Amino acid sequence: MLNTNKSTKIISYVGLILWMLVNLFPVYWMFTFSLKNNEEIFGKNVAGLPQHWLWSNYTEAMKTGHMGRYFLNSGIVAVSTILITLAVALMATFALTRMIWKRRRTMNKFFMLGLTIPIHASIVPIYVTLSRMHLLNTRWALIIPYAAFSLAMAILVCTGFMNEIPRELDESACIDGCNVWGIFFRIIVPLMKPAVATVGIYTFLQCWNELMFANIFISKSALKTLPVGVQALSGQYTTAWGPIGAALVIATFPTLFMYIFLSRRIQESFIAGAIKG
Amino acid sequence: MKKQYSNKLHIILFLLPALLLFCGVLIAPIGASAYFSLFDWKGIGPKTFIGLANYKELFTSNSIGFMKALRNSLLLAALSVGLQLPLALALALTLGKSIKGERMFLSVYFMPVLISTVVIGQLWLKIYNPDYGILNVFLRSIGLEKWTRIWLGKKETALGAVLVPTLWQYVGYHMLLLYAGVKSVPGELREAAMLDGATDGQINRFIVLPYIKPILRISVIFAVTGSLKSFDLIYVLTNGGPLHATEVPSTLMISMLFLRNRYGMGSTIAVMLIILCFGFALLINAIFKEDA
Repeated sequence: MLNTNKSTKIISYVGLILWMLVNLFPVYWMFTFSLKNNEEIFGKNVAGLPQHWLWSNYTEAMKTGHMGRYFLNSGIVAVSTILITLAVALMATFALTRMIWKRRRTMNKFFMLGLTIPIHASIVPIYVTLSRMHLLNTRWALIIPYAAFSLAMAILVCTGFMNEIPRELDESACIDGCNVWGIFFRIIVPLMKPAVATVGIYTFLQCWNELMFANIFISKSALKTLPVGVQALSGQYTTAWGPIGAALVIATFPTLFMYIFLSRRIQESFIAGAIKG
Repeated sequence: MKKQYSNKLHIILFLLPALLLFCGVLIAPIGASAYFSLFDWKGIGPKTFIGLANYKELFTSNSIGFMKALRNSLLLAALSVGLQLPLALALALTLGKSIKGERMFLSVYFMPVLISTVVIGQLWLKIYNPDYGILNVFLRSIGLEKWTRIWLGKKETALGAVLVPTLWQYVGYHMLLLYAGVKSVPGELREAAMLDGATDGQINRFIVLPYIKPILRISVIFAVTGSLKSFDLIYVLTNGGPLHATEVPSTLMISMLFLRNRYGMGSTIAVMLIILCFGFALLINAIFKEDA
């Protein structure tokens, strides 16, 4: 009995470690080939650590590949989207959880439809509308759709947290002479920090990695975001892999860096977005 | 306070931004897509009303190849439910037993979900590269020269080659959801079963699985609808080629719109995607209800 237990344990650990290597290897490989020259990548040293650390791949990706610009664009789009999503979602959640009116529940369910609507559904009408309003090739062409598609998840998370704030706080603020806006801005919003963090992280990841809208709504190189920029770069450098590797690392670094420090919260935000929905 | 909180004007002001954004970008476009799908339209110039002709063409025309694209995405869905989910479930069950290194394994397995699909796609492009890609280099180094292929460039291997990374990337996502479920099983239930002499397998089969069924249902829905909608990785790896071997509905939709300027037909594909996603979600819900 004890023996079979031990051997199943060993087998499961071997499996777990193998699967871990399968997940780590592509990332390890990306980091190492971003620092190699073609000679090493193409034969001399395919999978090992770089023999000469070629940092010039990074300067090349930044300068010739414009990765700095794409990085900045992605940052601007992501931060603007997060701010808009949060402001709009917090206000709506306040009305949905605190204020008193009929059809509150129906309205909540209506917003939750957003969790299931695929972005494909709206691509043609949004494209047509954006082009009529001359908003194609502006940052708004990404920020507005991203915020709209993040809204359902944001309201979902905010509702959970806002329901936990005791209503006595509203009462006492009201007695002290706060009106609705006072209660909202001075009492509720400051207590919503955990929700803000969860929504912020989740929205950031969605914006940072989104390809379909970014690819179609932005064709001007100066406004491209990272996923589209990386695509463009790989078309440019078909034979020099080093700079592409460097570009991939630059695009991935912020998410991995965040993940190292916030892994639990990031995982929780994904669970919240799926399971409570 | 009640008076403040029932003030209609304030309620409307608080809700308005969300309603505008939500209806303007998510709800209204669904109607608009359905409407556009009834027209022959190049995006600019006049629209010609053609009724359901786009739908008829979509399902009958071989040159559009929608059925092929649909078959590919259904194959992906089947593999996703048949391979990806069982693997995710096995990982979640193993990690859920509070073993040593649980957090580390969990975090590493989830990592590919966070990396941009474009980056993942670019990496796999390099892995599959016929001359210098790691896969062929590895095969050559162990003397299996004859197994090397132009993985993404040949009709026979391309579909398999795009399916592997697509399935691989999201194992961690399903694992995380299922793991959260496994962790929510009350400790007393496990202990009671253990005291009764149940083995690990029996505990999983009779306690954990029934308990996490609602999450299993969500995972299956995500696996199937996600497969129907899949776009990013295929776009990066092959963009539907070679010779449409890896086409899926989304890549087809994009090429209809922006290569062939057929906005009516593109909208028709979009509408079909929405219908399929909702249809499958309802179907899966019904299957899980029946089973209960």
